[in-house]
Amino acid sequence: MALSLERVTELKLRANDVRQGIIRALLSAGSGHSAGPLDMSDVFTALYFHILRHDPKRPDWPDRDRLLLSCGHIAPVRYSAMAYAGYFPVEELLTLRKFGTRLQGHPERLRLPGTETTSGPLGEGLAQGVGMALAAKADAGPWRVYVVTSDAEHQCGLHWEAMLTAAKFKLDNLINVVDRNVIQIDGSTEDVMPLEPFAEKYRAFNWEVFECDGNDIAAFIDTVERAQQVRGKPSVVIAHTLAGKGVTFMEGDYTWHGKPPNKEQAEVALRELGAERERILANA
Amino acid sequence: MLSTELKQVPTRNGFGEGLIEAGTRDRNVIGICADLSESTRMEGFKKAHPEQYYEIGVSEQMLVAMAGGLAACGKIPWIASYAMFNPGRSWEQVRTIMALNETNVKIAGAHAGVSVGPDGATHQAIEDIAIMRVIPHMRVVVPCDAVQTKKATLLLSENWGPSYLRFGREKSPIITTEQTPFELGKAQIFREGSDLAIVACGILVYNALLAADELAHEDGVECRVVNNHTVKPMDEAAILDAARSCGAVVTVEEHQIHGGMGSAVAEVLAAKHPAPIEFVGVNDTFGQSGDPAELIEYYGMGTASIKEAARRAIKRKH
Repeated sequence: MALSLERVTELKLRANDVRQGIIRALLSAGSGHSAGPLDMSDVFTALYFHILRHDPKRPDWPDRDRLLLSCGHIAPVRYSAMAYAGYFPVEELLTLRKFGTRLQGHPERLRLPGTETTSGPLGEGLAQGVGMALAAKADAGPWRVYVVTSDAEHQCGLHWEAMLTAAKFKLDNLINVVDRNVIQIDGSTEDVMPLEPFAEKYRAFNWEVFECDGNDIAAFIDTVERAQQVRGKPSVVIAHTLAGKGVTFMEGDYTWHGKPPNKEQAEVALRELGAERERILANA
Repeated sequence: MLSTELKQVPTRNGFGEGLIEAGTRDRNVIGICADLSESTRMEGFKKAHPEQYYEIGVSEQMLVAMAGGLAACGKIPWIASYAMFNPGRSWEQVRTIMALNETNVKIAGAHAGVSVGPDGATHQAIEDIAIMRVIPHMRVVVPCDAVQTKKATLLLSENWGPSYLRFGREKSPIITTEQTPFELGKAQIFREGSDLAIVACGILVYNALLAADELAHEDGVECRVVNNHTVKPMDEAAILDAARSCGAVVTVEEHQIHGGMGSAVAEVLAAKHPAPIEFVGVNDTFGQSGDPAELIEYYGMGTASIKEAARRAIKRKH
């Protein structure tokens, strides 16, 4: 069902909040990743504010959808979305990566309820998602498993073991969302270790493949809703994103993969995001 | 007791029997195998509990990761392959997904040690105890015979926590009975003596008992033999008591002497009760093809080697 214009505006404002939260957290931390969290802000906003069946007050609710972040280094986007969704106070974002924080540099399930897994070592999220989807099938659980993976972690062998296994067990309760931003630490994914033809690889592994603009919230939600209708096989949503989306001096620049903004850069970024917020409101 | 009449059964059979029973007692017990269901003895579970069993092919990292997902949803997965690959190939997944993330996954490491025999060095896991015991939260259990392996399988299934169970391929003597008490983390004294303590684990506990008997006849020394089946968390009290009562220790394991059970014993003694210690195990080398008994002898884990180590340890007492 198409979203109302009002709803789309609301979600865009949320994504803007999430991006501002990321910039503030990274500035406070003084280290961390910028590009991935920013480009996945629309996807995480869509998940936490529209798609997921969840309750921020009950992160251990047995019937919740499981959202696994496989590429743990983009944790700031998950933390920011969780904070705005009500899992913890927004101010706690400023503790990112500091001693004693629940917001570890890479997420830990035992420290922050709701994160579902401990992640950071790449290529492991889909495999754990397969286990959870099998448990849901075994217990006839009403919930789904969503895994967010990066494109570059498709260079890890374990991820392909998980792709084989998900197809074998026909896990139609499993949706893998790929952040296809085409960058990794050392450069373009296509230079470092080419992934194309990417969609064809999933098709060859008996997955149902969807592609969309991962920075268009309405398009992403519509795509996930179509993926939810698939029966008898797992689905992948290849979300084409622009690295660093929302902060123009970071956009498309792989050097922002693994570093935070300094104070000056953060101020420019926040001013830009503030202006974007005004535009969203003006166009509503 | 130590006659050659003893019944010989591979420890892996104990695992297979224990797993079937664990799966009956609790339907949340899951079996996952990486293409070795017959040789790891998971086949019986597959037949008895097909709805609790997953076959995933030759993918050992997947074993751990998928089991972590199942465990996070309340299942109790046992993952089986050869110890060389499980946990040999999946160490980082074990650390991150099982231990740091604290999931209730149980690793069944089959065909451990040089006693896997003709398959050769690529398939002889002799570093697995070291790489598992160094990980926080991991429990490491190396039972001494098939009967004890069955008990360990059942107990680990019922006790929450990431765990590694190590067992072997070859037939080995049954030295305990159904009635012999068995508790995780509680070492067992199988023979009393106060001249030397022989602390062993796995199928070599039998060799340790043989060596102790021969030492009594040949040298007139009485050795305490301790079955130190739970390498982690280790029964420190039992180890300290053995060292205090006997004054010297020999450790015996089918594993590298660096980093294994013997090292764990040495860590305890060095910190709390320094005593002469000699290590019986593989000494910084790889195995090769051969008969299991022949390899045990060649790599210095036979009865004669244990006796030599015992004599060296006793000499160092004064």
